[in-house]
Order: sequence, then structure tokens, then C-alpha cells
Amino acid sequence: MTPDRSAPSGAELGERLRAGDLRAAPAVLNLVENRRQGGPQETAALLREVSPAALGGEAPAHVVGVTGPPGAGKSSLLSELVRHWRGEGRSVAVLAVDPTSKRSGGALLGDRARIAFDPADRDVFIRSTAAGDRLGGLAASTRAAAQALAAAFDVVVIETVGVGQSETDVADVADTVAVIVQPGSGDVLQFLKAGIMEVPDVLVVTKADMGAVALSARRDLAAALRALGADTDVVAVSSVAPPSGIDELAAALDAHRREIDLGARRRRARRRHALADFTAEHGERGLRALGGRRAAEEWLEGQDAGLDVPAITRALEARSLEDA
Amino acid sequence: MSDPGRHPPAHRLPEPDRPWMMRTYAGHSTAKASNELYRRNLAKGQTGLSVAFDLPTQTGYDADHELARGEVGKVGVPIAHRGDMAALMDGIPLDAMNTSMTINATAAWLLALYVVAAEEQGVEQSALQGTTQNDILKEYLSRGTYAFPPGPSMRLIADMVAYTVTEVPKWNPINICSYHLQEAGATPVQEIAYAMSNAIAVLDAVRERVDDELMPTVFARISFFVNAGVRFVEEHAKLRAMGRLWDELGRERYGVEDPRLRRFRYGVQVNSLGLTESQPENNVQRIVLEALAVTLGRSSRARAIQLPAWNEALGLPRPWDQQWSLRIQQVLAFETDVLEYPDIFEGSTVMEGLVDELAEGARAEMAIVAEHGGAVEAVPYMKAALVDSHRARVRRIEAGDLTVVGQNRFTESETSPLTDDAEGGILVVDPDVEAQQRAALEQWRATRDGATVEQALAELARVAGQEHENIMPATIAAARAGATTGEWAQALRDVFGDYRAPTGVGEAVAGAEEDLTELRAEVDRVSDALGRRLKILVGKPGLDGHSNGAEQIAVRARDAGMEVVYEGIRLTPSQIAASALQEGVHVVGLSILSGSHRELIPSVIEALREAGADAPVVVGGIIPEADVAPLREAGVAAVYTPKDFDLNRIMRDIVGLVAQHHGLGAAAA
Repeated sequence: MTPDRSAPSGAELGERLRAGDLRAAPAVLNLVENRRQGGPQETAALLREVSPAALGGEAPAHVVGVTGPPGAGKSSLLSELVRHWRGEGRSVAVLAVDPTSKRSGGALLGDRARIAFDPADRDVFIRSTAAGDRLGGLAASTRAAAQALAAAFDVVVIETVGVGQSETDVADVADTVAVIVQPGSGDVLQFLKAGIMEVPDVLVVTKADMGAVALSARRDLAAALRALGADTDVVAVSSVAPPSGIDELAAALDAHRREIDLGARRRRARRRHALADFTAEHGERGLRALGGRRAAEEWLEGQDAGLDVPAITRALEARSLEDA
Repeated sequence: MSDPGRHPPAHRLPEPDRPWMMRTYAGHSTAKASNELYRRNLAKGQTGLSVAFDLPTQTGYDADHELARGEVGKVGVPIAHRGDMAALMDGIPLDAMNTSMTINATAAWLLALYVVAAEEQGVEQSALQGTTQNDILKEYLSRGTYAFPPGPSMRLIADMVAYTVTEVPKWNPINICSYHLQEAGATPVQEIAYAMSNAIAVLDAVRERVDDELMPTVFARISFFVNAGVRFVEEHAKLRAMGRLWDELGRERYGVEDPRLRRFRYGVQVNSLGLTESQPENNVQRIVLEALAVTLGRSSRARAIQLPAWNEALGLPRPWDQQWSLRIQQVLAFETDVLEYPDIFEGSTVMEGLVDELAEGARAEMAIVAEHGGAVEAVPYMKAALVDSHRARVRRIEAGDLTVVGQNRFTESETSPLTDDAEGGILVVDPDVEAQQRAALEQWRATRDGATVEQALAELARVAGQEHENIMPATIAAARAGATTGEWAQALRDVFGDYRAPTGVGEAVAGAEEDLTELRAEVDRVSDALGRRLKILVGKPGLDGHSNGAEQIAVRARDAGMEVVYEGIRLTPSQIAASALQEGVHVVGLSILSGSHRELIPSVIEALREAGADAPVVVGGIIPEADVAPLREAGVAAVYTPKDFDLNRIMRDIVGLVAQHHGLGAAAA
């Protein structure tokens, strides 16, 4: 008996997602994480099934990135957000990314514990994934999973830990990125000013129950963002009972999603996804063959907007060989 | 000596000291059965009561709640309302009894029921003597029977202290527990430091609720509940160090002038962590030696002692097993000469040195907790530190650096006649108890005045929402009205919100490398063959909060290279099944220590099957030998008990099990 022989194929799972079958989610994750012989091909088949061409447009979900330093209160906030979205009748998938031990390859996936959910509610799906080799960043499987699940769920959340690389990576995948900070974290202010951190779409100050401290943090961050010319929403929330600011935050996320050019953002996401897959496969040498990351990104700008990720990856591979 | 005019010599007391209060931690099945047990124990010479409540009562659920399944009457007595409390104390005059209740999240409620039971006996609350454990921080850190978030929980504690100090003045409203910290793996320094930091958090919270002039009285009402391990010389030094630090704290932080009010008062239950399942008779001498730690030195002698039974690592002790432990206390107090002398360690260079060392270490650790913003804020830090210490201990036992006789050394043994009977030498609670309790509860609800109860609960909810109003009067009124434990707790949950404590495993540092290389290679091999990394779900079904074992398994699995999903305690079978399915785990490990495995494990397996999660299940915990076969029949692939102390062997088994389940064959030789 070979492992997962009875597992559904990528094409089959893609079809189920297109039909809105949320129960396909566990198998989708098992598939995109599978690196064995044939796994990547099946993932490519899955992604083709959920591409804009197959869907007849961009996937309807709102893909939300939630990131911030450890201890900022991301998970308990997420717990409240999930409750809010469920209250509106929206289905939610959460991909919680945890760091992996460099030494053993093992990982403790603990965030799930902090997101309260009703096990009988089939419209909530939570999966913890290890970041793998890319510390603070996203594993290839997470990008693929987000893209696939966006075809069936109303909201897809990618939760990562850290400030810096992780929120850049999440921005490549998500429609809207919310960065979560707690009051008194001056680092974020400095990172923003120094340009180490990209300007988030929504900035969330947690622990609003701390009162004046949270309010002044909110004020400082809003001022810093205005100085940078950004019109980022800054929301203060508390996940301590009774929670506050959750409605406001959900509204800010929705407002951002309405304002953006979704097609452009998703196109960029697919291109970055393909470039990440290409780099994972061919390394820095492959990237050099494309004339470097920036050149590759510029070249991708000129490509057919309707291409799915596997097709873009193939195009990159062809180009890298042609230039070699 | 016989001449009253002469001074006694300095090395003798004029009269032997009175013995400490002797208790047995007891209670099971029903209030009536437990009452009979208490009366028998008192007749045997026990001088105080120590009530063990079942897990639903401790966590604020009625017997008919989903989470109570399998737990009713198991590790203690179910007390749902004033009728149960009256039955529990039937025929025991409460003005003369000293009752210790191991109750924390729901302490305010159980004290209220006790006050009402006393009223019904015609005893005023001001006459009541006893202790409510009421230490919530150690529940987050180790024991797991919390119900509400930290803020509201600390408020309930402060309310109880503020209430009892004037209304029930002989009551100890809180026992700061270092006991459970040691059970969770704390070193002596950690045990001292975290207990003291915890006391500071409580006192600071109370200070905001009482008049300044009452603070010395409040300080004097704070007592401790400590542990004593088998290294009894150092353990005694630990108690002296705690006395020294407590005195300092009273003087310096709280301005308590009267030295009598700064005395370090403590009760004790000696160590269970070190009790073994293999050759369990050896536990008797361990318990005796541990009892010496808390009785030998007069200046730091325990006020009250309860000793565990020799067979705790096997299952629930029977009345006879507990009698044996009571007799240990009586031999120590009435046959030996420990009570005849002044402090025998005074002037000992060794003892002074040990105390200095421990006090200094504890001060440094207390400073770190203070830097985190105090004990409440430092819960995640302390939890991670305890998980690390416990892991260090487990590894020393595995490596043979720490000798545990009969477990990792001198393991050859004759067959024990003690465990020869049909039940394996333990108490088995009648499974019908749960159904009886549910029926009795239904009847209680049907016969009480529902409108009065509703009114009382509405008032309780109102007070709960008012930060500065004391919760006790409304709680006592609800008890009097006939509300149930689950109703009281739910009213507060609605206002305070639910809470899950940090698991401590995410922050645990990676372990030593040496003996993990082979294991990691095998995990890598199986992961490659599976196509993705081997993933395990470690789950604790039911209400049992003793998570130390599950945490050690989770951390070791990570160190061995697995992806580990660990969600902490108190999960329903359907929650575990949903997580296993969504997470796509290859194997599920369940841990239960409360004796509810025969009900809960088959439920989890059934739920996994229903959810369509295809993963073999292994079980660890206090599982009596007689239960292993039924569990395997229910579909459990392997059962581990405390005698399986080699975690790497368990890990190899698990990897092999997954490989076999997926037809991947055995490891290359």
C-alpha cells in the first residue's frame, strides 16, 4: 500500500472547491503540502482548476493577511474576527503559520489553541502549517493553499509571526494585510519610518483595554503613517471580554478590499507566487539566469494577465533556459 | 523536668508540641458516600477534613454538561448545590471542624455553599474554620482547573479575601500553592520564587479593596500549600527559605510590624511526581521521608499535613490505602520524638548555607517575574520555565543521572501481592454514579423555586459586571436560593468570558541533541515517504488539567522533528476529531490522568471515525492494567503509563506505528 493512494487528485479537489465544497479543505492542504513524487504536479493541476480562467474571474474570497510580533495578541484577535465573520454568515479558512525548528525540522503548532471554534461548524477551517525553511516567510504550500481555498471560502486568513520579511511575504499573497502591534511597541514606529517595514493596509493596536496607553500608541502610529503619506486605517481593538473594536476592524478590512484594484493585486500575487516557486526549485542561480529578481518581476509585468501560477512558472523556466 | 520552677535545658521543650492537623485528601462518587468516608476517617484519628471535588465541580460545570462526561465523581465528590453540601457535611458539626477545600476557580461558590450548610446547622459564618485553596495562577501554570480569564479570576480571589477577613475571620481564604509547581517540574528555587510572586500579586490586588489598616490582618490570613520531595534535607531548607522571604515581604513591602502576623503558615501534601508505578510499595518509604522534611525542624513545621497514598501512580486510592498514609502521620507524631525538641537545625552550617543559597536564587527569579510586570503577566514566562525544568528532570531519569529506585535502577522485582486483587489494588468508581448524579440534579432543579434562582443569578451577573462590588454576598444569596455550580459559573462566564491558558510548549527551548540523531533520521525517512512531515496531535480530552505529561510528549515530538499540534487541556471528543481532520495529522496521542479514560477514549475514537480522520490513536496516563485490554479493543494502538518513562522509546513506537499504518515498512537496521 502506498501512502494516500486513496487521496483525491488535484483536479478532483479543484472541482470540489469550485462547487463550493468546504469539506475538501483538509485534503487540499494534505495535497499542497505533499512533496513526494507527483505531489507538485497534482498541486499544479489543482491551481489550474481554481485559476481565474477556470473560475471565470478572480476567486471571490477576501484573502486577509494577519501578521505582527509574537505576543501582540494575534490569535485571540483572530478568534474574535472569526466569530464576527461567522456572525455575518461568511465561511472562514485560517492558515496559521508557525516557525519551524532549524535543528530538528520539527514544529509546535500552537496558534490553533487560541482560536475558539465550534467543532460542529463546518464553515470554519483552521490549519496550522510550519513555515518550513523560510523563517518568518511563507512556505510554497501556504501560497498554493490560500489560492485554492479562496475559490470556496468567503474569507481566507493567513496568519504569520514577525515583522519585516513575513509581512512582505504575506502582502504578496493577501488582498489586505493587517499588522497587529501592542501599545508600547516603538519598534514598529521605527521600522515604518526607516522603511524596513512596508506600510500595512490596516494597522491594529491591540490591548485597547489598557486605555490611555493604547490610545496614545494609536495616535503616534496614525501620525507616523500620515507623515509617510499613507492613508492606512489604524484601529484599536481589545479581545479581552467584552471585546471592542472588532466591528470597526472588520469594516476597515472590508473597506480596503473594496478600494483596491483586485485584479491587479491578484495578478501580482500569482506572479510573485510563481517566482517564489521558481526560486525554490532553481535557487539563486536560476534567478540570476533571469537577470535578477527585479528584472524578472519587470518581465512578468509584460506577460499575459490571465496566466495561472503553473503557467507563469513554466514561462519563467523557459526564459531562464533561453537566456542561459 | 518535673520541677515547674526550673528552666528546661535549651535542647528540650518544656512540653511536647501539639501535633499538626492530620488530614486525608478524600472524596469520590457522591456526597453521601464521601460523608460516610469522612466520618470513618475522623473516627480513625484524623483531625481535619480535606475535600476533594470532582473535576466538573472544580471547573464550574454541572454533571449534565457535555464536558462533564466520564468525570462525575471520579477524582472527587460532585457538589452541585447546597443540598449536596449539606449531605457532605451531615452529622459533622461545622463549628468544631476544620475543613480544607481544594477548590480554585469556583472557590467563592463552594465557600458560599459551606456557609449556607453551616447556617442550616445553626452555625454562624464567623465561627467557621478552614481553607479554600483559591490559587488561580497555579491553575494556569500547572493544574488546569481554571474557568475565567486572569483579570476576573484575581478579582474573585481579592473579593473573597476582603470578605472573609471581616465576616469569616478564622477562614484562610487562599492557600498560595507551590505544591503544584513542583508537580509540574519546578526546581526548589522556582517553587519558592513563583509562590512568593503569586502571593505578591494577590496581596497587591487585595490592597486595592480593603482599608490600609486591615492589611496586616490580611497578610496574616495568607497561608501556603507546599510540596516536599524525597530530597528531604534540601526540601526542609526550602521551607525555611520561604519563611525568611515571607517575613521580609511582610516587613518591607506591606509594612507589617507585628512579627506574629508575618509567620509563614503552611499546609502540605508531599510529592506525587516522584511516586512510581513500578514497585509501588517503595512509595511508602518515599512518603515517610518526605514527611520528615515538613516535620523535623520546629521553626518551619507544617500546620497541616496530608499524605498521598502508595498507589497514586496506579489509580485512585482506596480507603485502606489512605488509612495507611494517615497511620504514617500518627506514628511520626505519637511514637517518634520529633515533637519534643526546639528547632534541631538551628546553628547548622549546612542548613544555613542551603537556606542562603535558595533564598538568594529565589530573589533573583522573583526579580525576573517582577520585570515581566508581576506574576499575572509572567504566567507565560513561568509556564515555559516549568516545562523546561520538567523536561530536564525527565531526561535525567532517562539518562540514569537521577536514580529512581525500581524504575530506572534496581528494577528486578518479585511479584507484588499488593496489586494482586481483581481491581489491581485501586478504587474503581461505579460508572452508574454519573447517571445517578444527573438524575438527582434534574430532580433538584424541578423541586426548587425557579423564579428565586433566576432572580439570584441575575443579581450575581449584575454584581459581576461591577468591578468594585464584592461578589460574595450575591454568591451566598444564589447558594441559598438553590442555584447550581454550573449555573453560578455560567453566569460569570457570560460576563467574564472564557479563557485558555498558555501551553508553555511553544516557548520551550530545543532539547539536548545527543540521543535524538537516530530518531530524527527515522522521522525524516518516514516524513519523506509520506510526502510531508510527520504530524501528531497531542490532545487532552475531558476536564483533567494535569497537562505536564502531554506537554513533555509534545516538546519531545517536536525535538524529534515532528510537526506537533497541541491545543492544551479540556477538549471534547468532537473538538479533537475536528482538529485531527483539519490538521491532517498522521497520529493522535491522548493523555488522561483523571480515570475517565474508559468513557472518553472510545468517544474520541468514535468521533474520529465519524469525522473521517484516518489516524491511529495512542493513549498515555494513569491507566490501570485492567483497562488496557478494553482500550485496545476499542481501537487504541498503544497504551503508555507512568512506568514508560523513556520518551524516546515512545517516540520510536509512534513513528513505527505511522509507518506501519501507511505500509512504509520498518526502519532500516
